[in-house]
Amino acid sequence: MTEPLSFEKSRRSAGGPRLPGAGVTAPEPSQILAPDQLRTSPPELPRLSEPEIMRHYSRLASMNYSISEQFYPLGSCTMKYNPVVNEAAASLPGFAGLHPYQDEDSVQGALELMWRLEQALCAVVGVERVTLQPAAGAHGEWTALRMIKAYHHSRGDARTEVLVPDSAHGTNPASAALSGFHVVEVKSGPDGRISLADLESKLSPQVAALMLTNPNTLGLFEREILDIAEMVHATGAMLYYDGANLNAFMGICRPGDMGFDAVHMNLHKTFTTPHGGGGPGAGPVGVKADLVPFLPTPTVERTNGHLKLDFKRPKSIGRVRSFYGNFGMLVRAYSYILAMGGDGLTQASHDAVLGANYLRKQVEDDLEMPHDGPCMHEFVASAHNLAPEGIRALDIAKALLDRDFYAPTVYFPLVVPEAIMVEPTETESRATLDAFAAAIKEIVAEARSNPQTLHDAPQKMPVGRLDEVAAARKINSYLQGQSDDPVLRWKPAEKPAGK
Amino acid sequence: MLAAIGVRSMEDLLVDIPSALRIKALDLPAGLSEHETMAQISSLAAGNRVFPDRLTFRGGGVYRRFIPAAVAAVTSKPEFYTAYTPYQPEASQGTLQAIFEFQTLIAELTALDVANASLYDGATAVAEAAMMAHVHTGRDEIVVSGYLHPEYVEVLRAFSDGRGIKVRKGTEPGPKTAAVIFQQPDFLGLLVDAKTLSESAHAAGALAIACVDPISLAVLAPPGQYGADIAVGEGQQLGLSPSYGGPHVGFISCRKELVRRLPGRLVGTAYDKQGRRGFNLALAAREQHIRREKATSNICTNHSLCALAASVYMTYMGPDGMRQVAEVGFKRAHALAERLGGLPGWELAFPDRQFLNEFPMRVAKGPAVIRKLARRGILGPLDVRRWFRELNGVVTFTCTEVNDPQALDELVAALES
Repeated sequence: MTEPLSFEKSRRSAGGPRLPGAGVTAPEPSQILAPDQLRTSPPELPRLSEPEIMRHYSRLASMNYSISEQFYPLGSCTMKYNPVVNEAAASLPGFAGLHPYQDEDSVQGALELMWRLEQALCAVVGVERVTLQPAAGAHGEWTALRMIKAYHHSRGDARTEVLVPDSAHGTNPASAALSGFHVVEVKSGPDGRISLADLESKLSPQVAALMLTNPNTLGLFEREILDIAEMVHATGAMLYYDGANLNAFMGICRPGDMGFDAVHMNLHKTFTTPHGGGGPGAGPVGVKADLVPFLPTPTVERTNGHLKLDFKRPKSIGRVRSFYGNFGMLVRAYSYILAMGGDGLTQASHDAVLGANYLRKQVEDDLEMPHDGPCMHEFVASAHNLAPEGIRALDIAKALLDRDFYAPTVYFPLVVPEAIMVEPTETESRATLDAFAAAIKEIVAEARSNPQTLHDAPQKMPVGRLDEVAAARKINSYLQGQSDDPVLRWKPAEKPAGK
Repeated sequence: MLAAIGVRSMEDLLVDIPSALRIKALDLPAGLSEHETMAQISSLAAGNRVFPDRLTFRGGGVYRRFIPAAVAAVTSKPEFYTAYTPYQPEASQGTLQAIFEFQTLIAELTALDVANASLYDGATAVAEAAMMAHVHTGRDEIVVSGYLHPEYVEVLRAFSDGRGIKVRKGTEPGPKTAAVIFQQPDFLGLLVDAKTLSESAHAAGALAIACVDPISLAVLAPPGQYGADIAVGEGQQLGLSPSYGGPHVGFISCRKELVRRLPGRLVGTAYDKQGRRGFNLALAAREQHIRREKATSNICTNHSLCALAASVYMTYMGPDGMRQVAEVGFKRAHALAERLGGLPGWELAFPDRQFLNEFPMRVAKGPAVIRKLARRGILGPLDVRRWFRELNGVVTFTCTEVNDPQALDELVAALES
C-alpha cells in the first residue's frame, strides 16, 4: 500500500480551518506595505479537511517500523524502548509553556532540572562539568573539538591535527574537519582494537586530540585504554570520547577515569529520549577541569539554592545553538535517570552486554564473526561467508524486514567487509532475541537453498527495494537543467505566474 | 543466558575492562517508581511560572501561537516518534514521505527550488547557510546586515571560527564577501529592504541569505521572489510549543545550483522494480557517513519529529489559514502599536519603519514596566538592550492570533495603571 502525497490529495474546495478574526480596527497588510514587500502568488500548500489530514498521517504512520512495534537491532544506535512516562514529563505545561526569555526567577524549576541532569551525567561519565546545549551527537562532537581547539590556542599551541580510528563513526572526521582540523586516520590491529604502534607513529606535537569510542564500533573494549591515554597526554594532546557506546558500561566504569578529557553523550541513545524518525536528539558534552573555562555560554550555576544562567565566561567558545539546548529532551532524559537510578542504569548496561553476547552466541555458526568475544553491548558479524551464494549484508537486512524485524546496521564499521552490526539493548527479552536468531538462521538457510528470494526481499513492505541509481540520475539531470522533475520535492503541474 | 553463552558470571563478559577502571556503584540515588518520578518532575515543573498564551507579548524568536490538536495527535503516534532515522527506506516510508512533504512545503513557502529535511534550529540553519556560501564562493567573509537575531549571530561566529571565516556587521559586501545575511522581519520585527540587500550581495559576487519567519511568508514576499539564494529560518511557530527554547526546528532551502552544497538529509522519490513510487534518502554522497572529513556538514540527522509537527501544521492551515493567522497578528500588532504610542512616555522606536506582528517601542524604565506587567500575570515585551547597547529603552512587543482583543485591553490597562 502506498499513500498519495498530501499535495496530490489537495482539493480546491476544501476550505481552510476556522480561525479567529482580528477583532480590532487596523489596516490590511496591503494597505500599508509597499507592493514589492508583498507575496504575489500564494504558496501551493495542500488544502485538506481535518479528517483527510488525520487519515493521511495515520496511513503514513502505518508504513513505518518503529521501536514501539519492532525489534531494532541497529548497531551503534542503541534503540531501546522509550518510556512513555518521559513523554508525559516533557509535556507538562510547566515545561512546555516556558518562554526562553522569561526572567530567571520564573524558571527556577527548569534551571534546577538542568542543574540536576548535569550532575547526574557528570556522575555517570566521571567529568567536572557538562554543557547541555548541543542538539545532537555530531553537534556535541563538534562542540567538544571547538573547546579542545580553544584550550590549545589559549596555551599558544596551534595544533592542527586530529586522530581518528579507521573504525570510527563518520561524524568524527566530519566534525574534526569542520572544526578546522586536518584528520589523520589511525589503523585498527588484527584484533579489531586500535593499533598502538600505528597510534605511536601518528602522534606528534601537531596532534590536538584523539577521538575514540570505547567500546569501539566493533563492540570491543579497548583494553589498553590507560596506555592510550598516557601516550596521548604525553604529547600534550587531549582524548575525546564519542559517547555512542556509553550504554555498554554505565555503573561499571567511566570515560573520565579512563583518561578522556571531553565526553559527548547521546541522550537519544543511552538515556531513552525517542529518535523521532531522525531527531530531535540531544548531545551534551562533559569535560574535565582543563576544558571547563571553554564551555559554551550560558552555563547553569547554583549559588545558595538560587539558579542562574552564566553568560560571562570570557574564555568560552561562545554559543553553539540558540537558547539552552533541546530542553524538552533534557526533561525526558532526567525523568529516565530518576526512574532508573544508579542501580537501574548499572543493571541496564549489564543486561545490554548480556543480551549482545547471548545473541552473538546464537548466530555465531550462521554468520562470520571476524573478532573474538566476549563483546560488550554490540557485536559485528559479517555476511562474507555467504559470498559464494551471492548474498550480501544488504540482502540479509532486507530479508529481516520481511520477518518483521528492523535491520541491523550494515556496511559499518568500514573495516569489516559485509559488516552486520547488531546491538540488541537491554530492553529486549530473551524471547525476542531467540526469535531474531531464528530469523537469521532461516535467512542463511534460504541463502543456500534459494538465494533469489533474498535478492527479491523485501516483499511485504509498502515498496520493494528502490532504485537509487536511477533516482540519482534523475536528480543529476534536474540539477543540470535537463529535466523538470525535481525528484527532491513535489511540483505543481503548472506554476502560477510570477514565480 | 549466561549458561547459553558458556560463561559463569557477568564478570566473565567484562574481562576486557581493566580492574583499575572498575567502579563499585554510580554516585546516584536509587531508582524510583513511576509515581515518585512524576512527583519529582512535577515539583520541578511547579517551580516555573507559565504565563497564559493570550497574555504573552514576548517574542524574540519564540512565539505563542494556536497549535491545532491534530499536531500532537500525529506526533504522539509511536510509529513516528519511536522510529529511527530512515536508513531502511522500505520500513520507513511514513517518515520519508512526511519529510518529502516537509521539503515541498518549505520550498513552496520560500519560493525556492529545494529544501532539506530540516536542521536543529534557526541559529544553526543560519550558520550552515553561511558555510554553504563560503564553500560555493570560495570566499571567507560573511556580512551580517542589520538586526539579525543576536543568538544566531553568536552561533554563526562559533561555526565560522572553526573554518577561519570572518563575520562582519555592515551592509556593504566586498570582494571577499561570501554572503550577505539579513533577517526579514528582523529581530526587532522591522521589515528590511530584502530586494536591495539581495541585489547588492549579487553585485559583489556574494550570495544573499534570507532568514525568514515562516508564517510571515503567507503575506510577505518570499525569498525566491526577491532573488535570495538561500532561505533559512526557525520553524517553532509552525506547531511547536516554546518548551524553554527547544526542541524546535530549523529549515533551509535554496536555488537548484546550490543543492549539492546543502547540509543534512534530503529525501527524494525513487521507484521499485514494480514501478511503485517510494521515498529514499538522496544525494547521500554529500554526507558524513560516506564522505567523512570531506562532507558538506557533520550533521547526520535532522529534527524529523519537529519537521513532522510543522508539516501537520502547514497542511492543517493550508494557504488560507496561514495567511489568516499572519493577517490577524499584523492587525492586532498595528492596533496595539497605535494604542501604546498614545500612552504618555511611549513612542514607536522606529516610526518610519514597517513591521508585521512584532514591533519595537521606546519607553523609559523598560525593566520596571516589564516587572509591573509580570506582577499582573502578563509576560510583557522583550528588553533588547541586553544585546544592543544602542537600543537603550527599546522593548519589542509581539501579537499573534492568541492575543485576543481583550488581552490587548488588559495589557494597555495594566500599563496605564
